Amino acid sequence: MSGFDETLLDDADETVRVRFVVNGRKVACEVAPRETLVDCLRNALELTGTHAGCEMGACGACLVQLDGRAVHSCLMFAVQADGAKINTIEGLTESGVIADLQAEFHHRNALQCGFCTPGMLVNAHELLSQIARPSRDEIRDALSGNYCRCTGYEAIVDAIDAVAKARKESGGGT
Amino acid sequence: MSAPLTSLDRPNSYIGRSVPRPNAKRLLVGRGRYVSDLRLPRMLDAAFLRSPHAHAKIVAINTEQARALEGVHLVATGEDLAKICTPWTGTLDHFKGMTSAPQLPLPLDRVVWAGQAVVAVVAESRAIAEDALELIEIDYEDLPVVVDIDRAREAGGPLINPGSVNNTCFRAQLDNGAVDDAFAHAAHVVEEEFSFGRHTAVTLEPRAIVSDYDPAADALTVHHATQTPYQFQDLYSRHYGIPEARVRVIATDIGGSFGMKLHVYHEDMAVVGLSILLGRPVKYVADRIESFVSDIHARDHRVRARMALDAKGEILAMDVLDLTAIGAFSTYPRTSVVEGNQVIRLMGAPYRFKNYRATLEVIFQNKVQTSQYRAVGHPIACAVTERLVDMAAAKVGLDPFAIRAQNVIADDAYPQTSPTGYRFEALSHQACLKRLHEMMGYEALRAEQADLRERGIYRGIGIAAFVEITNPSPAFYGVGGARISSQDGAILSLTPSGEIRCLISVTEQGQGTEAIISQIVADQLGLAQEHVKVITGDTEVTPHGGATWACRGAGIGGETALQATRVLKRNILEIAALILQEQPSALDIIDGEVVDAVTRNQRMPISEIARIAYFRSDTLPPGTQAQLTVSHHFAPQGYPFAFTNGIQGCSLEVDVETGFIKVLKHFIVEDCGRVINPMLVDEQLRGGIVQGLGAALFEECRYSETGQLMNGSLADYLVPMPMEMPDIVIGHVETPTADTVLGAKGVGEAGTAAASACVLNAVNDALTPFGATINSIPITPTKVLKALKRF
Repeated sequence: MSGFDETLLDDADETVRVRFVVNGRKVACEVAPRETLVDCLRNALELTGTHAGCEMGACGACLVQLDGRAVHSCLMFAVQADGAKINTIEGLTESGVIADLQAEFHHRNALQCGFCTPGMLVNAHELLSQIARPSRDEIRDALSGNYCRCTGYEAIVDAIDAVAKARKESGGGT
Repeated sequence: MSAPLTSLDRPNSYIGRSVPRPNAKRLLVGRGRYVSDLRLPRMLDAAFLRSPHAHAKIVAINTEQARALEGVHLVATGEDLAKICTPWTGTLDHFKGMTSAPQLPLPLDRVVWAGQAVVAVVAESRAIAEDALELIEIDYEDLPVVVDIDRAREAGGPLINPGSVNNTCFRAQLDNGAVDDAFAHAAHVVEEEFSFGRHTAVTLEPRAIVSDYDPAADALTVHHATQTPYQFQDLYSRHYGIPEARVRVIATDIGGSFGMKLHVYHEDMAVVGLSILLGRPVKYVADRIESFVSDIHARDHRVRARMALDAKGEILAMDVLDLTAIGAFSTYPRTSVVEGNQVIRLMGAPYRFKNYRATLEVIFQNKVQTSQYRAVGHPIACAVTERLVDMAAAKVGLDPFAIRAQNVIADDAYPQTSPTGYRFEALSHQACLKRLHEMMGYEALRAEQADLRERGIYRGIGIAAFVEITNPSPAFYGVGGARISSQDGAILSLTPSGEIRCLISVTEQGQGTEAIISQIVADQLGLAQEHVKVITGDTEVTPHGGATWACRGAGIGGETALQATRVLKRNILEIAALILQEQPSALDIIDGEVVDAVTRNQRMPISEIARIAYFRSDTLPPGTQAQLTVSHHFAPQGYPFAFTNGIQGCSLEVDVETGFIKVLKHFIVEDCGRVINPMLVDEQLRGGIVQGLGAALFEECRYSETGQLMNGSLADYLVPMPMEMPDIVIGHVETPTADTVLGAKGVGEAGTAAASACVLNAVNDALTPFGATINSIPITPTKVLKALKRF
């Protein structure tokens, strides 16, 4: 590359290699230090089921499961997730762990535009893994970091309530 | 055990049935295709440098360093884009005398609100583009800022648009009957001044656009998160001088719209221009703060209104002055005047009085523009009317239900024309009132309220009747010269394997458009819903139509699908009749099988008709040309709008120590005509109500005196969260419109229309023991405490 000023590319070039287990598969990618986890998941890994709604941890659209807990992927840099196990809506779907939630959301139309839905499901999954049979108030409280502008929330609460009940009755749940 | 048979018991009866949305499954597994997800080969990202000033002259722009940054492909100013884009003006001819300044994608010499995009950068990534923004220097010279509505109206005050005589965009007056006379002879007059906070749609996915211009073909493809792809096809074609047939707008999944994403935004127009200048795809997704400062806002109104009544509580007249501030110019192409126009025309709509006078003043100011957002104008008209009715009830000594029962237009008195000029085909206020009274357990609620008051717990009960505008004809926009269609089109095919493919101009934003269209097609043709594929939102494949806004998808789109299906069914049966040597009228279709119309005996599957018509036309009688694809358009005729009605009720508790309000339960009885999918209708009502409750209690775009938006983030601007929202009880009355076969009207705005009015009445009801009143929305804890003189 004769005649090319290499220093011009210094900033653009500065990346860090990170490795995680995403949806059960080992993944390595080069990220800029300032790149958030949500951008890394959506852009480099093409996992566009995770959404960016507010980029400040208020709306919950970007929730993913990181080392077993629901985490705002917009509030983390990708480099901070190095070494973590991450499950996104795509992986949670594939493994079948939220299939009953998804079916109940569908059955009750607990979504309209669907933009909040993946984050809503990640949070619902976390809630039901901690409290097997939450009250409606507990469900509403737990979901209060997930904004939905379309549904008015009631069908979402109904769907989670119904799944909790069904899991309990079938002897499942924790 | 067996219930009586209903129309839902016949085979393939989907109209009136709650079935889940087939297209929702993709969204549940993270397979949505939102424009913000889209990446195209060689795509670049755009970012915008925005004005920090609410009103300033642009003296100089220095972009030299930004252009030199590695990875930057283009830095464009107003001048660069003005060379290829013609200006637009947000006026409509039927709003006589309205004015607004011409607009360009980016300003040439002056900024008129804080947050206005001034310079665009296109780079290899959004991050690089934003880095480049920091290297741009703009010299501004401050101009006088006009934020406040009173300041804007001052004679001789600063002007938003140089060369204009004042800051008035539009003025209208209505005067019907003998208003002065009615007030002069009234036994009771109630009067109040109301204020409504500016709020905004806050779609969870911000605005997103990918523009892809191909210079070799002079063809433009725009992936646009919008409700109205045809409107934008027309606008991009005309403003950039590209033949309409070479402009394609694709509207795929969209993360909420609520009316906000059908307006022309400067950034969106700019992005189209940037892709033309570069010959490459350019993407722009607003971030949240950009959404707050550049999405349309709505409902910035101050209304002084009075109502005259006779001694028995009969409403005699209303007199209204509505002032609304709309930003620095009127939004294109639907204007910023429609909201105020609907405010003054929907006032008093449920009631039978004939004397009405209103003045509307639409005023410019240095804020981002306002325009149509869900339930345009309805919440203002409803809150003003319904609060005055409650004040009147208190004055006359009537219960809120009783005064409404006395004054609503009787269900058997239609058709009626309102004193504001609206023509009502058939409404059901009496039936809805009665139903709400039962549903709420009104007497018991009142008894409980009285008991609790003894114990220092202050609950309020509020009700609010409303009328909603749906199924608009060309009277809405077409007559004003806007190229916005009120008709819809569908192309329906029997596929070679016997399924139905429906391309239709109405669009999907999650409300279930595709679901209800497939229900109507399946119902009318006679086959299972899963064999109907509905395709929407692509101007290259779906026929031109109005798309989805103003509650027209079910009423107009649905009727289009119904009529198209009937034509296709006739064509299918004609071929079947030839094959079976029968009369077409002797045949019908059930579950995808041609049957004997009388005996219902199966004769042959429609897949067999398709096979013969597509592959063995040689076996059909000579001269037969099977028409298994039909295209059909439907434009609403008859009444200019199909009005709907309903009534909402609310029970809430006010903490008089803190001012906090807890909504305990909300109720609605609604009449949207024929219900196609009860579950989806209920979900529209619930979602609409919660947006209305947000406006009532939380949502407001707060500005500083210098015109800076103070709460432009989702941590500062409050939208309703699950724990604050009540369960919502829903009842229906069905009065189908006779203007269509389907009989459906719209339902998307009914919830929002009256929810804030209901809360306003309930809060005032709760505060009655204190003699405190509230006349301002949102009803924040501070306002409650101020009303109680505790703050």
